[in-house]
Parts: sequence; structure tokens; C-alpha cells
Amino acid sequence: MHGTTETNARGDLHYEVGQLTRVEGEGSLDLRVAPDGSVQAQLRIFEAPRYFERLVTGRTPDEVLDIVARICGICPVAYQMSAVHAFESLFEVPIDPAVRRLRRLLYCGEWIESHGLHVFLLHLPDFLGYPSALEMAADHRDLVERGLRLKKLGNRLVSIVGGRAIHPVSVRVGGFSRAVRPAELDELRAPLEAAIAEAAATVALVAGLETPAFSRAPRLVALRHPAEYPMNEGRITSNDGLDLAPADWRRAFHEVQVPWSNALQSRAEDGVPYLVGPAARVALSADRLHPLARAALEATGIPAEALQTNIFRSIVARSVELLHALAEARDIVTDYRTPDLPLASWQPRAGIAAWATEAPRGLLFHRYRVDAKGHVREAQIVPPTSQNQAAIEHDLELFAPAVLDLPQEEATRRFEQLIRSYDPCISCATHFLQLRIEDDR
Amino acid sequence: MDAPRLPRIGVVKLASCDGCQLTLLDLEDELLAIGERFELVEFPEASSRRSTGPYDILLVEGSVSTPEQAEHIVELRARAKRLVTIGACATAGGIQALRNWADEPTWRASVYPSPDDVRSLATATPVSEHVAVDAELPGCPIDGRQLLELLTAFRVGRRPQLPDEAVCMECKRLGRVCVLVAEGTPCLGPVTQTGCGALCPGYARGCYACFGPKQAPNVDGLSRWLAIERSTPEVDRLFAGFTGYAPAFRDSTERAVAAMQPPARRRRRSNGEAG
Repeated sequence: MHGTTETNARGDLHYEVGQLTRVEGEGSLDLRVAPDGSVQAQLRIFEAPRYFERLVTGRTPDEVLDIVARICGICPVAYQMSAVHAFESLFEVPIDPAVRRLRRLLYCGEWIESHGLHVFLLHLPDFLGYPSALEMAADHRDLVERGLRLKKLGNRLVSIVGGRAIHPVSVRVGGFSRAVRPAELDELRAPLEAAIAEAAATVALVAGLETPAFSRAPRLVALRHPAEYPMNEGRITSNDGLDLAPADWRRAFHEVQVPWSNALQSRAEDGVPYLVGPAARVALSADRLHPLARAALEATGIPAEALQTNIFRSIVARSVELLHALAEARDIVTDYRTPDLPLASWQPRAGIAAWATEAPRGLLFHRYRVDAKGHVREAQIVPPTSQNQAAIEHDLELFAPAVLDLPQEEATRRFEQLIRSYDPCISCATHFLQLRIEDDR
Repeated sequence: MDAPRLPRIGVVKLASCDGCQLTLLDLEDELLAIGERFELVEFPEASSRRSTGPYDILLVEGSVSTPEQAEHIVELRARAKRLVTIGACATAGGIQALRNWADEPTWRASVYPSPDDVRSLATATPVSEHVAVDAELPGCPIDGRQLLELLTAFRVGRRPQLPDEAVCMECKRLGRVCVLVAEGTPCLGPVTQTGCGALCPGYARGCYACFGPKQAPNVDGLSRWLAIERSTPEVDRLFAGFTGYAPAFRDSTERAVAAMQPPARRRRRSNGEAG
């Protein structure tokens, strides 16, 4: 973590935070403060482009599932889930209800692993004042070990259902190449029970952390499902009335590369920044949380709505979802039976395969144009971090005036903490490189 | 007397998904012990403490795919006593290396509306095409046990014991039913280095070569055998994956990419020159 400042000929103060740390992928932050005090934030992403939209072109749907996993080592299941639902929706593949449950279990595993990693290893050091979890362990070994235990359990769950924790192999169009046997899940029962208690304690712990004062009323976007906490299914909704089928993301949002920038970024049609991820989901679907997670959230005394106004509180939303995922995983494991039809057969058809699911970091939209053989001809992949970019920069601009007069190192730390509150996954956002916002103040 | 200095580790990335460096954080049972036996001086994904070196051991994830990375890897090499590539991207180019047979400007223009603003090389290439590499851990992703073995061996000053045999050998020892023989499922196990635990056959799939070619693989022999029941283009595309740019798989991959992308102008580059 290091920042530099310089003043240019026009009198603009240029403040630069070097490579962002404790985030996945490579990015940096530029802030420009004009003489009138107005602030312009640029979240600069120098992650190398890998052209995934082209890498999947010409590929079969099952090949696509293997390829899109490689967009992100932290959330490969999310990429497989958005893609597999997109193809199955187009091909009208009948899916065994037990397969749907098993996929939810797999997704729970990824949420546990990803949220556990972020809450304990990446984010908590900000609140407790350490440069890393390893250094935090010298004074808070119990907390780091708790985080590692929870994360390990999520990884183990993904490994059992998917074959391995990173880039799992079992998800196929139609179901699973092999669905696990109930006995294979037995080893998870006791650790899940123990983890539920630890996650509940974590919600209380993070709710008590001192957070910087910050308040704004963002537009929130997340899936909403009639009965479940949103993961694989649901309609795209917002706190201001949006309600779309999961295939119809493009009716309300679009990607743009503004001429003065290299960025592809997601925008709502009216240009207002929006927030996806745990804070948005908890706010929009608090009534769908597992009873244990809802009780833990209520016990904190923080209204669900309050989680959305201060992004530094996202660690609470993430911890509530960590508890939800553990409790739901426990329930699924308890009732699990092997699907009667683990892998349904399917026939390709030409058309548009599109779907959105809830990655740990928020809404993840995929859209493929498929030919009659089922081969992909064109692809669009919209990761949560590219949707959050505009909101991150907007928040940085709101937050900056309170921080800029602090000593350089402290200001840098605060900016990084704000950015980390979004859990940005820069590796995921393969198709944005740099973002500029013109501030008209 | 001062305690002996701990070996200094750096973990850096080029073009990649972060999964291989995540494997280090996924050694949950060993991570704190690793932190006591090494000094993790540079690991931006996990720590805000930074160091530009020197490093006793530098773990490099990702392939070289931008002009900046091509310069950066040379600088990193100069600051590292031992440079170890981790994963399929760093050792073999990764899935993004398929663009080495495509017209990169066309790809760029199809993803970015203003392609001139994006800095990228025409190729994505393994680190060993740019600088000397002391050891390589294959895999997409790497195997955590192999990473632990590498670090342990380094710490005690011996050579790491890494498997060098086909997936088939491990698969047989695990008593798995052969998906290739019994089910007719195309499987690259006979030509692929193990390290995954013969994962895919255990999940009723054929191996898709995450760990790349084993020593002296008989790619032609397997390809002819697989082509008995399917077309040659279908066989070729099995190799055109995460280690498709590995020299032993390169001819198959080249034919597969050509068949998949018929409209694009094709240029082959087998070195890391800027485009």
C-alpha cells in the first residue's frame, strides 16, 4: 500500500493509490481534486485482457462451462452456474429437482469459501489495523483460524460436489457428470453444525466493529425468488421497481466504453450507478434468509436497510450470507438423496441462451448466441465487479472530502478499505481496463 | 544471536484468474505454519505490505500478455534467486494462449469498442519464453500438495519430488473404471501429467489435460485411436484447452483453432514478440 500526491499546473491535486492490495486482480486508484474541491475518482484496472468472449466462440456448451470457470479462481462455480442455466433454458432441458438442490449446495460452498476468505483474510485486517491476516494472526490467531476453518469447509464442499475447490469439473449441461452419493456428504455434517455456530458469532462480532461514517442511498440490484434466498434463479429486481426475467438484463442495462476511457462498464439506462452483491441481496431479500441468518441479523439491531447506506457495513451483510449459506448447506446435506436423473440428455437448438445468477460478489449475467449445432457464435459476460465500478467511484468521490486532509498513509488506507468493502474481483472483470468519470461540479 | 533470516517469498501475477495463488491461501491447515517458516514479503492479493525484492523464491502466476508484463517479468527475474511458475498460464500460456493462433486485433476489436485504447500483446506466452525458470508447477489450477512439497523442499534444501507420470497410472492405482475403454469417453489421461488425483475419471468425465503433457507423450498414437470413433477435428479440439499451447499439444491445437474460427485471418506466432 503506497500513495503519492502531486499538484499539476492547473492546481489540481492528483492523488494516486498504487496497486490495490487484498483484492483479486490488479488495479489502482486515481483521484483528482480540482481547485474548487470537487473530486474525480478513477478506479484503474490494469488486469490484462484475456478475451473470454472470443475464447468461448466456436465451443460447445459443455466446453464453455470449463472455459468460463477460468475467468475467476475465486468464484468459478458462479460462472458455471450462469452459463449452465443459460444453455438449459434455451434447450429446455428438464432438470431433476434433486439436481437443482445439489447445484444450490455447490453454490453455497462457493459462497462460504469466498465470503470466508473476504471477511476474515482480506477485510477484517482493515478493521483491526493489520496489513494482512498473517500479521493479524500474531494477535488474533483464534479469528484467523476461525476464518480458515470456515473457508476450508466451503472449499471441501465444492471439492466433494464439484471434484475440486478451484475450477470444479462435475457441472454439465443437463445436470452433473456424476452426482455425489449421500455417504460422500456425511463428513460435512458435524463441521457444518460447528461452522453455523461460528458464523453466528461472526455476525455479532462484525456488527460491533467500528466503521467509518458514510451514508448514501444507492440503487440496489439483485435477483429475487418467490421462496428462496437468491442464487441460481429469480427475477432481476431493484429497490426502485425493476422486475425482469433473468435472461432480460439487457433490457435495463448496457455496457459502454466511453470515448475518453478504455472501459467497458455497465450502466442502467438512466446512467445512475447501482450496487450488486451481499448488501443489495440482504436488503432486497432479508425475508428470504434462512431463519438462523435472519435471527442473527436481527440480533445485531442493525436494520437490513441500514446495511445498504454504509458500504463499510458490507462485512455484516457478507457474514450474514456466510451464515445463510452454511445453514442452507446443512439443510440440503441432511435431506440429500441422489438425483434419479443426474444428467438429462438434451438437444441443441439455435437461439439466445441468457441467464443471471448471484455470484458471491453479485449479479453475474451471461448471454450466448448459439447455432443449430449448439456451438457458441457470440458471447457477452457481465461480471458483478464491472457493474459495481460506477458505484465504487461514486462512493469514493463522496467519501474523499472527509479523508483527503488526513496523512497520506492513513488516507490511502481508508480509500483502500472503501474499495475492499465491495470485494472487487478485478480478475473477473476481464473486459474493463480503466474507468474515468467526468465530474461536472 | 539473531535468529536466522527467514526465506523471503514473493507471489505475483500476470494474465490469469488468481486461482493458483489462491491455492496458497487454500492450504488452510498449513498457512499459518508457512507464515512462520517463510517471510511472505510480496503477495498483494493477501497483504498490503509490499516489497520489490530481492526474493529468495518468487512464485509467478499467469502468462505474459501485455507489453508491461514482458518488461516486468525481466525485472522480477533479476530480483529473484529462484523463480517458480505456478499453473498452466505461467507454464504453458493458459487458455488465453489460444489467441496465439488468432488475429489478436480482430479479437480485441470484437470485445472492445475502442480497441486502440487497450494495450495487449498479440500473444499470451509462458514465462519460460521470456526468462529462465527454475521450477514449474503445472495444473489449472495447481495442486496444493505439490505447492507444499515445493516450499518444503526449498526450505530444507532438497529437490522437490513431483510426480512425472500419466494420469492413467494414478487412475489405475485408485482402482477407477477406465472411462475411455469402458464408456468410450474421450480422455487425455494417457498423455497428461498427473497431479490432479485422476480427478475427472472419478467424476465420470474424460481428462482434459489441466496439468499438460507428460514427458514424451504419444499424442499422435492417442489421436489416431480416438479418431476411430470420431472425426479428426473433434479429436484435435480435445487438446485445444488450458494447456493447448504446450509444445506437445500445439499442432493439434493449431488445427482445432483453425476449424473453430474459420472466418478469422490466422497468423501463427510461437514467440512472445509484441504485436
